[in-house]
Amino acid sequence: MMCQECGSRPATLHFTKIVNGEKTEFHFCETCAREKGEMIPGTPNGFSIHSLLSGLLDLDPAGKGQLAGAKAPQVPRCEECGMTYTQFSKLGRFGCSSCYKYFSDRLDPLFKRVHGSTAHVGKIPKRSGGKIQTRRQIDELKKELQYRIVQEEFETAAQIRDRIRELEKDLA
Amino acid sequence: MSNLRFTEQALSEWMRGSGQDSDIVISTRVRVARNLQHLPFPLLATNQQSEEVLEKLKDVIGEGAVTEETGSFHTIILEEIGDLDKKVLVEKHLISPSLANESRNGAVILNDDESVSIMINEEDHLRIQCLYPGFQVREAWEKATALDDVFEEKVDYAFDDKRGYLTSCPTNVGTGLRASVMMHLPALVMTQQINRILSAVSQVGLTVRGIYGEGSEAVGNLFQISNQITLGQTEHEIIDNLHSVVLQIIEHEKNARTKLLNDSRLRITDRVMRSYGILSYAEVIEAKEAAQRLSDVRLGVDLGLLEGPASAVMNELNVMTQPGFLQKRFGDGMNPGDRDVCRAKLIRETLAQKAKS
Ligand SMILES: [Zn+2]
Ligand SMILES: [Zn+2]
Repeated sequence: MMCQECGSRPATLHFTKIVNGEKTEFHFCETCAREKGEMIPGTPNGFSIHSLLSGLLDLDPAGKGQLAGAKAPQVPRCEECGMTYTQFSKLGRFGCSSCYKYFSDRLDPLFKRVHGSTAHVGKIPKRSGGKIQTRRQIDELKKELQYRIVQEEFETAAQIRDRIRELEKDLA
Repeated sequence: MSNLRFTEQALSEWMRGSGQDSDIVISTRVRVARNLQHLPFPLLATNQQSEEVLEKLKDVIGEGAVTEETGSFHTIILEEIGDLDKKVLVEKHLISPSLANESRNGAVILNDDESVSIMINEEDHLRIQCLYPGFQVREAWEKATALDDVFEEKVDYAFDDKRGYLTSCPTNVGTGLRASVMMHLPALVMTQQINRILSAVSQVGLTVRGIYGEGSEAVGNLFQISNQITLGQTEHEIIDNLHSVVLQIIEHEKNARTKLLNDSRLRITDRVMRSYGILSYAEVIEAKEAAQRLSDVRLGVDLGLLEGPASAVMNELNVMTQPGFLQKRFGDGMNPGDRDVCRAKLIRETLAQKAKS
């Protein structure tokens, strides 16, 4: 969504005002918001999550600077829906689920900043999630295997290794 | 057009129930965001693709389907209802403004008591929302995850080993879970502790939103607290974190209320009674003043300074006095001045009627 004031920069501040009982939604870029002196009260810096997010996306070095034109072919592009990383960083939205795969290299730092983490540890779909469950189990066992080896508990380590092999066979 | 019963009453039936700590936590909401495999997110979907999404999802919980706990479900196609009905659904928090105004092939599935709202073709293909009165985050999550399982049996979700449930916005990826509570915090506002507490809250991975008027103070002292992080924590960790922080805010609000009563009982009683008097007799009232006076009266009832109206009546008035609902009740084409007259009338009548019953 573009800024409703200048129409040229992406809107990063979204908020609601109530005047005479009429709710109005505002969508401004940071520059215009500062000029108008409109801030969102209550949040620490007066900025919404999307401004934070868009700020992070702007850190993307390939997305701006004078060389951007020359380097354009290097900007990742989703083969599925056609969205480029530059478009993604402007919109703050993915185009399709494959974007996650095509932009994968750049997402770790973004997720780290937004969520403090890069990997999902929560719920898994019941029907299609069987293999993922197994893979999580293998990851856990591999960690334990390392630990047992360091502790020089080789007999236990061997048992764990066998268990990992069995599980890997299930996956194949 | 038979679905419009959802916009006739201001108060959703589920809001008549009471929940834990409902004097401070008005309501609890949990939503999960899900998308279907092999179809672009609504942002880039063609008309045909969003139609396909709608077709796939709207019949999973079919028209009139009955499940033991939730009652029957009814599907409303947004394009088939009028603008005013959309506005009222938004004011009742049953759909988002973006589903009402920007969606293509958007739909909402509501159950009888309006405690479940399933949005289709919003920012994500599917958004399952469960609403509870009072402070019931765990209960709301249990219901949402059960409904999520019902959908997952029938459709293939976009799910990635590493990133979890894939969503259109990177701020929702992983669990796709947003849990939030609406809190009424008048004593923290009056004792000027609110900013300190809200900024502390924002430092532990939670977000605070208020509804703001022309000034910088929240209208009606209502604040929404929700989790910001969706990736790298389990659903239970997210829920527990919100739960424990909200418990602390409740404690602070309770302490501030006690302090108000001890230090300035006369002043606070006077404020509550003045507000009750104005709401009971005013002929013209603006939305902002109404919200503030309703907040005072709610506090007065909670503190035992005033007998009744019940919190359900206050919740009802909060929705009733919104512009869309007023138009629905009193007819289109009102200017803000007319609305202020209608608003005052509605409040007067509601308070008088509840005082009798
Ligand atoms: Zn601008
Ligand atoms: Zn894509």
